[in-house]
Amino acid sequence: MPAQCSSCTDKRAVLKRPKTGHSLCKECFFWAFEEEVHQTIVAAELFKSGESVGIAASGGKDSTVLAHVMKLLNERYNYGLELMLISVDEGITGYRDDSLETVKRNQQQYELPLKIVSYEELYGWTMDAIVKQVGLKNNCTFCGVFRRQALDRGAVMLKVDKICTGHNADDVAETVLMNVLRGDIARLRRCTAISTSSEGEGVVPRCKPLKYAYEKEIVLYAYFKKLDYFSTECIYSPNAYRGYARTFLKDLESIRPSTIIDIIHSGENLSVREGVKMPVQGTCSRCGYISSQALCKSCVLLEGLNRGLPKLGIGKHHRLHDKILSQQPLTEKEERKLKSVDF
Amino acid sequence: MNILLTMNPCRWTLKMFAVPLFISASQKCVRCKEASAAVVIRAGDAYCRGCFKEYFIHKFRAMLGKNRIIFPGEKVLLAVSGGPSSCSMLSQVQEGLSQKAHKKLRFFPGIVYIDEGGAIGQSTEERQRTVSELEVVFKATGFPFHILPLEQVTYYSICPPTSSKVLDLPSSVVVMALPPLEQPPSAYKAAVDRFNQTCGSDCLTPPEKQKKSLPDVHESHTQLLQQLIGSAKTLTAREDLLNTLRQHLLVYTARTEGYSKLMLGDNCTRLAIKLLTSISLGRGAQLAQDTGFSDSRYGDIIAVRPMRDYSAKEIAHYNHMFDVPSVLIPSLETKTSEKASIRGLTESFVTKLQTDFPSTVSTIYRTSEKLQTVCRSSSTDDHSDRCLLCLCVLDTAVGEYIKTIKRTHMELCCKQNSVNLQY
Repeated sequence: MPAQCSSCTDKRAVLKRPKTGHSLCKECFFWAFEEEVHQTIVAAELFKSGESVGIAASGGKDSTVLAHVMKLLNERYNYGLELMLISVDEGITGYRDDSLETVKRNQQQYELPLKIVSYEELYGWTMDAIVKQVGLKNNCTFCGVFRRQALDRGAVMLKVDKICTGHNADDVAETVLMNVLRGDIARLRRCTAISTSSEGEGVVPRCKPLKYAYEKEIVLYAYFKKLDYFSTECIYSPNAYRGYARTFLKDLESIRPSTIIDIIHSGENLSVREGVKMPVQGTCSRCGYISSQALCKSCVLLEGLNRGLPKLGIGKHHRLHDKILSQQPLTEKEERKLKSVDF
Repeated sequence: MNILLTMNPCRWTLKMFAVPLFISASQKCVRCKEASAAVVIRAGDAYCRGCFKEYFIHKFRAMLGKNRIIFPGEKVLLAVSGGPSSCSMLSQVQEGLSQKAHKKLRFFPGIVYIDEGGAIGQSTEERQRTVSELEVVFKATGFPFHILPLEQVTYYSICPPTSSKVLDLPSSVVVMALPPLEQPPSAYKAAVDRFNQTCGSDCLTPPEKQKKSLPDVHESHTQLLQQLIGSAKTLTAREDLLNTLRQHLLVYTARTEGYSKLMLGDNCTRLAIKLLTSISLGRGAQLAQDTGFSDSRYGDIIAVRPMRDYSAKEIAHYNHMFDVPSVLIPSLETKTSEKASIRGLTESFVTKLQTDFPSTVSTIYRTSEKLQTVCRSSSTDDHSDRCLLCLCVLDTAVGEYIKTIKRTHMELCCKQNSVNLQY
């Protein structure tokens, strides 16, 4: 006897929800998923009526589902938002050029304006060129830092009030685990916040409407709705440290599915002792972007790339900031340490 | 070739690591630079026997001395599970209290061992055998010891075992008692001076030796305990429950026998695993108490973890080189697969990560140090705000996520009801 949908008890169930284990039919699943995102947005008061919102689109499943659901909820519940797509071209051949085609198709399907910013035009470097210089181990740092700034620049060009990204519950849980493993207390406190703060020049606040949606459910939603998305992972990702955290998280999920939300809950409730040194937000002296040091991370990384010192930016380097700012040459010992690259 | 032996009692395995560096006979100890090196700790620090022993002992004393939490003349209960960590702790306390020690320790220790064989399903003979092995170890120290079966948590059920009320812990355990008056930092030094003046070093004779071997456990109590443990459906939940019951019994013993401090033998590796497991279970708010040096949630009893600076490797080396006796006792997790419980999965994850990134355990340890260790509300008037089982401050305030789920499910039910109403 096939199972009936546990919600409407009318139709046959076609799937089992990874989050709750309920058996649901297609329509009830769509409804539950969309409703949870809607309630997340309402409970956290993410948007105000009349705002223009940029959706960070990469052509992957998270951003495609995000664009689809945002458009749907905007119409269903009259958020009054003006939606736009922002996409970033990192210059990874065989990966990004294909996914950008998907974004262009999405633009036509959802009838939303699109802006593409590329690393080449912003920084003068593509990811392929960066990997040739840096090697396979620390390149995710470069990509992530540059992408954040690129998104902000794109948002400023489009004049949007907010950016929303497709980070899902699995991403946030992985980030919490990674920050514990790497001992990054400052990030540990901030990474579970659903939206970033909105102070500072040239900084557009960012939020994650899909923060409590499981990755498995996003895949199921995209599959059943037959959404058009690009499903290959980045060619450089197998060597990333995040892979360890991801495998661990997947194993945890198989033992107890509620672990993902439990980790996010732990991260939200972590209390840090008084007296522990925390970074203070300031601005970069060179480009004016927000930074907790004299120079923002992307300026330091760019400097390292341009000078042929790939390790500048990886590891502790704030002592060298003054030297870089005042254009002083680095000593030979410092240069040797920064040049060594392990592939 | 130097072979490191580590015994992991949870898994009944003997892991042998061949050290990649060959310690040639000519390699000298990095500390005294005279004797030849015998052991490598961390990356590349080769120590000779004597220096290693000094380093090990010094770390223990420094941990206690730096934190100044154990006052002279206090009664301290050592929770010994029979594993290498707690037995090492026992031997360190012995070292510290011995007459020839430099600036010897000044407290009265007692030992407690909780026999969990009933929960695991061991036979009475096996349990008696383990207990007699441990008794030999305990008697050799000369400290008073208490051996309790875990079934003791069931002794307080008001109704007979056949009725539904299985467990009723005495209320004295689940309530946080009044903490001692807040002492200013100078009080420690004053207390030490006072102790030295009044007694000197001769006055440290331990109280009358009380020998309590394993009392006879009634079959019905064992069944009750197994029923209780079995009512938890997953191995993760069973381990959690066992930990809670064990902790309650330890605190209860400390309270009834008049001890004011409880020493637990968690080492660095185990605490790193505990930290990750707690995060995975959602216990982020209680991390500081679960993994910090001192745990003051019970009020009158303070639990301390003096072994938290030692990695499991160092302890294994020391125990092997200086013949510290320990007994291998199976646990709930023994002979289960890696992915059977969250704790087991975390342990294998951390161990594997440690081989690729040798600083993993110490980084996690340092992260746990930066977490808040002071109970946010150390006043006793918010009893209502504490969890009944773990006595930590509640973290169930309704946040964004709970609001989201609540509203979604209310809508789902309304939809269903409205559908039904149509018929």
